[in-house]
Amino acid sequence: MPQDKSPKAYRKPLPHIDEESRPWWEAAQRHELYIQKCRDCGDLRFHPRALCTSCMSARTEWVRCKGTGKIYTFTVTNQNQAGGFRDSLPYIMAWVEVDEGLKMLTNIVDCPPEQVKIGMPVEAVFDDVTPEVTLVKFRPAR
Amino acid sequence: MSLSRKCAVVGAYEHPTRFAPDKTMYQIMAESIRGALDDCGLTIKDVDGLLTAGMGMGAMAIVGFCDYLNLTPNFLDSTNIGGSSFVAHTAHAAAAINAGLCEVAVVVYGSTAASSRFAIGTGGGGGGGDPCDQYEFPFGPTTVGAYAMIAQRHMHDYGTTPEQLAEIAVTMRLHASMNPVAKYRDPITVEDVLASRVISSPLHLLDCCIISDGGGALVITSAERARDLKKKPAYILGVGETVRHAARGQRDFLEIAAAQSGRLAFERSGVAHKDIDMAMIYDSFTITVLATLENLGFCKRGEGGAFVSGGRLRYDGDFPINTDGGGLSSNHPGMRGMFLVIEAVKQLRGECGPRQVKDCKIALAHGTGGALGTRHSGATLILTNQ
Repeated sequence: MPQDKSPKAYRKPLPHIDEESRPWWEAAQRHELYIQKCRDCGDLRFHPRALCTSCMSARTEWVRCKGTGKIYTFTVTNQNQAGGFRDSLPYIMAWVEVDEGLKMLTNIVDCPPEQVKIGMPVEAVFDDVTPEVTLVKFRPAR
Repeated sequence: MSLSRKCAVVGAYEHPTRFAPDKTMYQIMAESIRGALDDCGLTIKDVDGLLTAGMGMGAMAIVGFCDYLNLTPNFLDSTNIGGSSFVAHTAHAAAAINAGLCEVAVVVYGSTAASSRFAIGTGGGGGGGDPCDQYEFPFGPTTVGAYAMIAQRHMHDYGTTPEQLAEIAVTMRLHASMNPVAKYRDPITVEDVLASRVISSPLHLLDCCIISDGGGALVITSAERARDLKKKPAYILGVGETVRHAARGQRDFLEIAAAQSGRLAFERSGVAHKDIDMAMIYDSFTITVLATLENLGFCKRGEGGAFVSGGRLRYDGDFPINTDGGGLSSNHPGMRGMFLVIEAVKQLRGECGPRQVKDCKIALAHGTGGALGTRHSGATLILTNQ
């Protein structure tokens, strides 16, 4: 397929969705955020895995997140040569700790770079970047 | 079974090049091996163990490199855990020699990172087949960004300042000024670091390592065989390696691999922190040094900012590190672990001229591979000339 060179084409990397991650990405398309919980030992985990990363049990429960959390740490990226990102500098990378207690790597959006702070309350926003992929980002809580 | 003092680094050679568009990666590796063998008085015919890794080396590349060199070793190891690989290789070589799998092992690295124009720190593009990548690469993580997030959290929790981080870069440049083959040798000040542009907050351009070409090699053999060779052996006292990652979303990010690899290396070596005369600490970024020193236990968590201040890390300070100028000023051809071991060996031999640390008897090298703020490896090595 010829590369789409129109201004609207999405140029940033897209996830390589696999059999373990597909339900999570499908939930994101529905604008829902999930983590996993082991039905045997109760350990919470993100990213999604077939087996518990604490006890290796295959008995897994999906837990829907409230979608709120706090910024654990961040960086304002001023330089990234990769296509797509080069055109959207500066942007904010962050680890967000969701209220359920797990940390997720994400972007903080709708926030001027000079205002982002560790500890800032944030809420999930679902960015439908292509018809097949929705990215979970966060913005300052409203 | 302890490895302590069973094996030694007997040959060490740092390729002097910093920019080699006229050479292949394998040529730099071959020249480095020849240099390390000349250094100890052995020949390629003596080598029966080969350990290597590289950014441009794919699966099975070590087999191709044996073809290139016409080698048929009895022991092969192409463990690739990032920039720390060569510190780990040194440990693996010692274990293999001690187990009788080979007698003379060569660890080698070569790279044309600069002349091939690899965007190592700020090329946050695609991502590979790692399942974790799908949850990270869409957001544009860069190597420098992943380290910057550690610095940001450290500053938040402990009040660490940009000036304290900058002093690390200033000290590395001072050391580079005494190293004739270092890439950047003109002195810089804390103000210069803070005035350089912010690449990924809070890290400035001069908080980041350089990109160079380069290479190097080590020769490792048994302590017994080491005694008959040209140079004073650097005996391997203790080793340790491990990884840290997102830990299923539950990680404490200021706890890094060095905490575990360092503890193992100290326990296995039987020496204490106060016995370390100089250290080679992977300095991909200034924060890497600060976080590593805390996690190795040279100061408490949160005290790194004060620890790196006041000239302590200078070659003539209380705790000299990276006397070659480090990755921040001397060389960083993509993976720097090789040069940590080479400079530590040179210091133990007293070969460092104006930057020589006085009475250097025990040295530590710690390599970090990957990114502190996502996932990384750590490998620690303690060496002595005694």
